[in-house]
Amino acid sequence: MTSLINEIVNNIKSGQTTARAEVEKALRAAQDNDELHALLETFDDEALHRADEIDAKIRRGEQVGRLAGVPYVAKDNFLTTIGHTTAAAKILENFESPIDATAIERLDNEDAILIGKANLDAFAHGGSTENSAFGPTHNAVDFERVAGGSSGGSAVAVAAGIVPFALGSDTGGSIRQPGSFNGVVGYKPTYGMISRYGVVAMASSTDVVGPLTRTVEDAELVSDILAGQDGHDSTVHDNYFQPITDNSQRSYTIGVIKDFMGEGVDADVVNQTQAVINRLEQAGHTVRQVSLPMAKYALAIYYIVVPAELSSNLARYDGVRYGVRSDKAKSLDDVYGLSRSAGFMPENKRRIMIGSYVLSSGYFDAYYLKAQKARTLLINEFNKLFDECDFLICPTAPTPAFKLGENTSDPLKMYLADAMTVPASLAGLPAISVPCGESDSGLPIGVQLIGRQKDDAKLLAFAKEVERL
Amino acid sequence: MSVSLDEVRHLAALSEIQLSDSELESLATDIGNIVGYINQLDELDTDQVEPTFQLTGLQNVWRDDKIEPQLSREKLLNLAPDTENNQVKVPKVL
Repeated sequence: MTSLINEIVNNIKSGQTTARAEVEKALRAAQDNDELHALLETFDDEALHRADEIDAKIRRGEQVGRLAGVPYVAKDNFLTTIGHTTAAAKILENFESPIDATAIERLDNEDAILIGKANLDAFAHGGSTENSAFGPTHNAVDFERVAGGSSGGSAVAVAAGIVPFALGSDTGGSIRQPGSFNGVVGYKPTYGMISRYGVVAMASSTDVVGPLTRTVEDAELVSDILAGQDGHDSTVHDNYFQPITDNSQRSYTIGVIKDFMGEGVDADVVNQTQAVINRLEQAGHTVRQVSLPMAKYALAIYYIVVPAELSSNLARYDGVRYGVRSDKAKSLDDVYGLSRSAGFMPENKRRIMIGSYVLSSGYFDAYYLKAQKARTLLINEFNKLFDECDFLICPTAPTPAFKLGENTSDPLKMYLADAMTVPASLAGLPAISVPCGESDSGLPIGVQLIGRQKDDAKLLAFAKEVERL
Repeated sequence: MSVSLDEVRHLAALSEIQLSDSELESLATDIGNIVGYINQLDELDTDQVEPTFQLTGLQNVWRDDKIEPQLSREKLLNLAPDTENNQVKVPKVL
């Protein structure tokens, strides 16, 4: 599928439409889809003002950016100098950022227009957007079902046609899984491809920034703008991302992760994934069944490493320097304890306390160190598979979108929704969810493609082929 | 795996979160279940394995040693819930 973003930019530049008309259309769509609760805030005046500036530049014949006039939304854990940045948590309810995230700045430099901020699980802790302090987002296809998460608002904003692309963040599947649940493309780049400066930190060793889009080509375009060092995030590689324009057919070896095609996986999901695999074989690719025995431990590793890291990262929310301070606090201990108690959602508290548990004295070696060693074993297995395969393929999630409230009483059951996305996160691999079909009841299903570290451009070129199959 | 209420109280103190009794109880159950789940890593022999603490292989990422514009003191103080005389104010500590 061709780029929806390029089509909009070309139409604006040729005068068939204007940036103002596109922004008005997006704001109207946001309002029409209000009941989905994809967005926490819209910036009508600022966005229209920015659109007028870009339209004026075009009228004067001046050079405009690659995203001239294209409206977008950012997950509300991206710091923006416009409006609020809440991370969907009470403790940041009134927070107005003094800086823009690097991703926001780079999109602005290309004349994209931020029209609003998207809902998420508070602090990106969750897989359904039900953990938002401001209420859940509804699935774009079925109102009774979850949006997925944690970038649920971003995925729904794109799926509902409000904007052609949205920014998300992915720590263990938070871009790919909501992409799959709503029938849009969700791309998690290699760890370290895009700066996280100005994104509310969750787990620093797996957090990445990425786009949710309608087409793979759009994911490529946005990523091309975001990639590369900014001097603010020391984990970022010098820009290696070079989109592949030569679309000449190549034959790849593709490994089917069979551990994710059997027990516990919804039959419709298996069937739709198998259909993609069959079409790849017909298209001349070599398909192999491969095994990732460490996959069954990936969630256990993840739920040690990630809580450990986020319990440290969330220590900064103390009600002292910014954010909401409890008005009941009489002592400094109360300032911390009561502000954090009122400001965090139950899932935030759960994860922070698990982090404290696995890092606490006497447990560090048994849990945190053990998990980091197990992580090495998982990475070794991936490396071995990539000796013989160009790409790996498996479902993005074990089921289509589940019902709102279905998993909220059992945190472990909720965590299982991430079972297939977490391995690539722990290994820092690029992975993308591409819509591949529907369940019998019409719910979107995504297929996940995983590549070698830094093979992002090749992965996206391959994903374009999968999208066309 | 069960986690006692005292252990949960200790974790809450380490985490600087004040919790109600009902929260403590439900967290004891949840944390017990989750710890039970993550304990399955015990099945793995990791004695000879090096831990992975970072993924990029990057070392010593330097930037030029030059001063860049920073946020003003005023802007940052404006974010604080309470201030006095250009300082962030908290309840009496000593």
